[in-house]
Amino acid sequence: MNIRELIELTGATNMTPETDPEQEVTCGYTCDLLSWVMAHGKAGMAWITVQTHMNVIAVASLMEMAAVIIPEEIEMEETSLAKAREEGICVLQSGKTAFELCAEMARAGLPGTPRED
Amino acid sequence: MAILMEKKFPVEAGAYETAGEASTTIKRTLKQLGVSAEVLRHVSVACYEVELNLVIHSEGGTLTLQVEPDKVTLISEDVGPGIPDIEKAMTEGYSTANAEARTLGFGAGMGLPNMKRNATAFDIQSEVGRGTTITMSFALSS
Repeated sequence: MNIRELIELTGATNMTPETDPEQEVTCGYTCDLLSWVMAHGKAGMAWITVQTHMNVIAVASLMEMAAVIIPEEIEMEETSLAKAREEGICVLQSGKTAFELCAEMARAGLPGTPRED
Repeated sequence: MAILMEKKFPVEAGAYETAGEASTTIKRTLKQLGVSAEVLRHVSVACYEVELNLVIHSEGGTLTLQVEPDKVTLISEDVGPGIPDIEKAMTEGYSTANAEARTLGFGAGMGLPNMKRNATAFDIQSEVGRGTTITMSFALSS
């Protein structure tokens, strides 16, 4: 699945249309504890979180994620979006809950992450 | 072994907005040097955790990147307050992060254990009233 297909699947709004729509999405994840995500994030991940501050983009960028998905119509700060564009991280906004988004992504065959420990 | 490169990054206490900038620069620098994706990932995670710790817990400090032919070393030095019980601080789930840090999604008590997990060698020295020094190295060859 790539970003374009993820957008078609979820009906989410692309807040960073400047980023590459063909980028591959490797897995899905949801968590709002950034420290936890730092321990479990993966390259190419589509990460669902209600957090919208700058550090979300820093984490996504350092982990080389494909996308950050903000659920329930929560708005991400413009400073964070600007940083996302700069770092090439796609930010999607959706009216759906994290649970609904996970279900849709899983049904479409997107895997979760294997436990390493 | 000879140090090929050394860079220092000052990190300000409480500067949540810019937290991660030093780590991003360090990651870019190492990527340009041709460091493998796997090592880069370990360095990035540990580096961001230690940078965040400087922002959340310290009174300010410096992050130093050293590159040698066979390893990358990150040194975090701060000016205080120091950690009274290192063993406790190293315990997963234990955190002294304040409300602001927790609201942002930090303070899960994962930082130090996550650094140790990602580094090839990890050392922490701390003295209350003086400060904390964390040294982490990452082997470049398997």
